[in-house]
Order: sequence, then C-alpha cells, then structure tokens
Amino acid sequence: MSRAMEETNRRMLRARDAMDRAYAQPLDVPALARIAHVSEAHFTRTFRATFGETPHRYLQRRRVERAMFLLRETDRSVTDVCFEVGFGSPGTFSRTFRDIVGRSPRTYRKEAVSARVPTCFTMAWTRPSS
Amino acid sequence: MFNAITQSQIYVLDQDEALDFYVGKLGLEVTADVDMGFMRWLTVSVPGHPERQILLEKPGAPAMSEETAQQVRELVTKGAMGGWLIFTTDDCRKTYETLLARGVEFTEEPTDRPYGTDCGLRDPFGNRIRFTQPKS
Repeated sequence: MSRAMEETNRRMLRARDAMDRAYAQPLDVPALARIAHVSEAHFTRTFRATFGETPHRYLQRRRVERAMFLLRETDRSVTDVCFEVGFGSPGTFSRTFRDIVGRSPRTYRKEAVSARVPTCFTMAWTRPSS
Repeated sequence: MFNAITQSQIYVLDQDEALDFYVGKLGLEVTADVDMGFMRWLTVSVPGHPERQILLEKPGAPAMSEETAQQVRELVTKGAMGGWLIFTTDDCRKTYETLLARGVEFTEEPTDRPYGTDCGLRDPFGNRIRFTQPKS
C-alpha cells in the first residue's frame, strides 16, 4: 500500500512538473493524465488528494505566479503578459489574477519590488496560495 | 568559528538507484560507501571536490519509526522534502543537453536570470536539484 502511494505521488509530481515547465501551453486533463499514466477519471481526484488542490487551480496559480514575475521584472504590457503566461483572454486573466492575488495586475505592478535571490526560490514562495 | 560546509544530506528511497542517478547520470563521484550494518553511509561529491559531500540517506528504522519513515518517503515523492541541491556548471545549456540525453527529468529548461543561466531537474525520488552557470 505505501509503495503504491509513493508511486502515485511520483506520477502526480511528474504531471505537476509538466505544468511548471509548460505552464503557457494549453495543458488539459487528458494530456496530464497521460503524463501521470493514469486514467482521466482518476487524475483530477488523485492530484487533489496528493497536493490539496485541483490541477486546474494549480495551473492557474502557476500562470499567475509567472505573470507576477513578468509584471515585476519587465516592462511588457499587461495584455502581453496575459498571453505570454497562457491565458486566453485579458478578461479571464485580470479576473483570475485579482481572485488569487487580491489586486489587479496594474496595481500589483505599481506595488511590487524585485528581490535579488535565486529565482527558483522566489518562484516557489511568491506563488500565490489557493 | 565555522570555516566550511563539509557534509549535507538528502533522503533517497533506494541507495543503489541513487548511485545510478547521482554518479551514473549526474557524473558525481562516490566519496564514501561504508556498510555499517545498521546503515550504509553513502556520500557523493563533485569530482575533485571531496571536501564537500552529500550524504544519500535512506530513511528508515531504527533511526526513525517505520511510520515516520513512511511519512518521509511520501513527502520525498511529493516533492515536498527540503534538502535540495544547487550545483554550478561552466556551460548550463550543454550540461542540460547531456543530461536530457541520459533521460534526466527536467522541471525547467535553461533560463537566463540576473545571476546567470540555470535550470531545474528531479532525482528519481522527487528531490529538487538545480544547476547554475553564474554570470562571469
């Protein structure tokens, strides 16, 4: 049973890594389930049991985290950032961003400060919580 | 006061598999491999730098209860254990290509940062590893 759990965890982590890596691409449940080698029906439920949130929500937070980075560190327009991180429309992007971060992309950009620490660390810790 | 870091530790689920990965794929070398009966003291280091070793420790009894060991194993496989490693390299992209060809699982492709170029990978168990080519 425990070894089975470890194997399941590893498969779910592979799918989550794929979202981390290819967050800007349209990753759907069938594609992720294939990476994890489980059925589609099984995937969302198991992912949630493993990491405490649905794959969809994880991917949204991942995209929003990348958007926060681009807003903070570059001069790209909000619309550019929206498409760059994989959102299909500026409306959905702004709504999701505000829902997760509590501020609009524009307000966030005005208030954010960049920090000189390894990016992988900032990525993990500035990723907004659910 | 302190003047060096000599040994760090990460948990691996199987020490033979860990050797295949850390030595066979990542190209580290074995610094110590001692069967102490109750535990196998297995450390690896960057070639030519035995002064800094990484202990590849298998969680288990009697150091911890079977139940705790199981919790640790689950955290490792969820990618939630600490103890991650960051190496430096002279050529991030070339190293990435080499390791990719060896079947290493990457979490992030080589990316330019203010401090250099780096990328991320996982060991077979779920531990996070990165390597950076610092800006010269």
